[in-house]
Amino acid sequence: MDYLLHASDLERLIQAIYKDGYQIFGPTINDKAITYGEISSSADLPQGWTDIQEGGRYRLKRRTDKAFFGYAVGPHSWKKYLQLPHRPIWKASRQHQDIEVIEIQETAPKLAFLGVRSCELHAIAIQDRVLTEGDYTNENYRQRRAQLFTVAVNCTSAAATCFCTAMNTGPEVKLPSDLTLTEVIEGAAHFFLIRSGSASGAQILSELSLRPAGMREKNLANGRVQQLDEEMRKGPRHFDSSDLKELLYRNLDSPSWDKVAERCLSCANCTMACPTCFCSTVEDTTDLSGEHSERWERWDSCFTADLSHLTGGPVRSDTRSRYRQWMTHKLATWQDQFGSSGCVGCGRCITWCPVGIDLTEEVRSIRDLECKQAGSQEQP
Amino acid sequence: MAADSQLITKQPHKPKLAVWKFASCDGCQLSLLDCEDELLLLAQEVEIAYFMEASSAVVEGPYDISLVEGSITTPADLLRIQEVRRQSNFLVCIGACATAGGIQALRNFADVSEFTSVVYAQPAYIDTLKESTPISTHVSVDFELQGCPINKLQLLEVISAFLNRRAPQVPPHSVCIECKLKNNVCVWVAHGTPCMGPVTHAGCGALCPSYNRGCYACYGPKENPNSDSLCHWWEQKLGANKSTVIENLRNFNALAPHFKEVSEHRERGDKA
Ligand code: SF4
Ligand code: SF4
Ligand code: SF4
Ligand code: SF4
Ligand code: SF4
Repeated sequence: MDYLLHASDLERLIQAIYKDGYQIFGPTINDKAITYGEISSSADLPQGWTDIQEGGRYRLKRRTDKAFFGYAVGPHSWKKYLQLPHRPIWKASRQHQDIEVIEIQETAPKLAFLGVRSCELHAIAIQDRVLTEGDYTNENYRQRRAQLFTVAVNCTSAAATCFCTAMNTGPEVKLPSDLTLTEVIEGAAHFFLIRSGSASGAQILSELSLRPAGMREKNLANGRVQQLDEEMRKGPRHFDSSDLKELLYRNLDSPSWDKVAERCLSCANCTMACPTCFCSTVEDTTDLSGEHSERWERWDSCFTADLSHLTGGPVRSDTRSRYRQWMTHKLATWQDQFGSSGCVGCGRCITWCPVGIDLTEEVRSIRDLECKQAGSQEQP
Repeated sequence: MAADSQLITKQPHKPKLAVWKFASCDGCQLSLLDCEDELLLLAQEVEIAYFMEASSAVVEGPYDISLVEGSITTPADLLRIQEVRRQSNFLVCIGACATAGGIQALRNFADVSEFTSVVYAQPAYIDTLKESTPISTHVSVDFELQGCPINKLQLLEVISAFLNRRAPQVPPHSVCIECKLKNNVCVWVAHGTPCMGPVTHAGCGALCPSYNRGCYACYGPKENPNSDSLCHWWEQKLGANKSTVIENLRNFNALAPHFKEVSEHRERGDKA
């Protein structure tokens, strides 16, 4: 059931969530970008701003209206609050011949995410499968995730780098979320359609005592999302992703990998920005005396040599093999490993790659080169 | 990483630590003095046997760990580094001078006799080599800690690692990873500021990008760097000209093989 929330009542929504004991995180402007940070009121949101994104380039721009959610995803993803970038796992100390190991457990905070996009709900669902449903679970993630409250937002505008339509992950929110908003600005009217997808979401809604949305309001809201969906399908980054796995498996020796390796810096920005990349390493250290030691978990990436370091050296020592690992993992081997694509089409890896390497272009290049090769083989 | 055969066994006596200075500004040695609280702990674990910056008392070698700061620039130092090597079980190079020739290696791209004739009233008294070279050009080294200056916490980490017979946690990846771990907004992508972070060895904690500046590559090249691609983007998209690009490759680590090679072919104007 869709309810109507006036734009001026967004503040009431935020305060209601706050009152339930959540720490609220959402989009906010920081260092000339829309990043995720702690939110205490609707005034913290980037109202009236949008982002212009292209490969290796991100700029903020004023909108002509007062939209609260009129932009796409920024440099950070929600994973920084769920799979922490750097955290202590245990510490140990030695007394004579005994070693005492103490596991470091935090009391997981109650987190609420405001403004989660459809692609991001998919990303969280993917990380859930990786970090909580497999043989090796990340307990800290599980605890933070278990109490999470999400307020999703249907996208009504996208960045040029977005390609969720290609990955079937957006722009419309279809996965469950405690609450879901759609923002509408029409003439002087500015409102949200809001619906709940859980008991705790319904509880918050009831506290706000809103009236059900009318037909016209629903049509306006759905129309915006449908219109964006259609535009994106006609855009340059939309593509047919149904055969990606087979395509990449057939092309592990494509000359395309050599070409991208000339440009790629193996800097790891793409994997750090990606909302689904989950790789981390453990760092074991001692103090000078050797009586105390600690183990920390830290984000890592298949673009580092250390990630594939085995006795004798790294398995993937050159950029070609690292880029190939990243892309084939995201788009192909992930499917065999976790039952879905590892890419949700959010476009972060494109925007935040310093040299603008574009996953969708690389897919096209591999496909084109394969067609060309097939063509040249046919002609004797 | 040190070879197993060289591992220090826990000896009944405290391991002896020596700190050596070659051509350098003393900044890296000062990071050791700068450790303050940890310095006392260090003094409990090792005998600080030779450290001129801190004390003129000298305990004779051999030494278990030698920290070597500075590059080789004079005929006398050519001999002295051999002696240091002979006296040291572990030899750890600290800082850009010791690991990559330092800023004084800019002479290697020019004529040093011309410099001395301009700078000194009596150039004849200057006994210097044509080139400034890193320690590893002359002797085998057990570990190189990059940075100008080095990060004192990394230095303690390296010393702890050697004392406790484990691998040091000094990841050779990019500054970008430190940036992302710190939740920074990328100054390159969001502000159009040229930044050396993607080719630079981590260690500083992404200091400059954290203050909205581009990285200057103080920590030298990272593992598997690709500065040609970086320079290309700087020139094509970020409005940097050729001399800016070359200057950034020739800051404190000009002689690091990767930076040297790329700066030379950027200078000649050929692509990778
Ligand atoms: S691979 Fe790129 S587009 Fe896909 S989810 Fe990761 S960052 Fe987003
Ligand atoms: S793409 Fe690379 S960093 Fe990302 S999850 Fe896969 S192996 Fe890890
Ligand atoms: S990728 Fe799709 S769902 Fe994600 S921000 Fe862009 S338009 Fe929205
Ligand atoms: S694809 Fe881009 S962001 Fe990723 S490692 Fe290569 S240069 Fe860095
Ligand atoms: S600011 Fe510099 S170091 Fe940081 S991510 Fe961007 S390019 Fe890398």
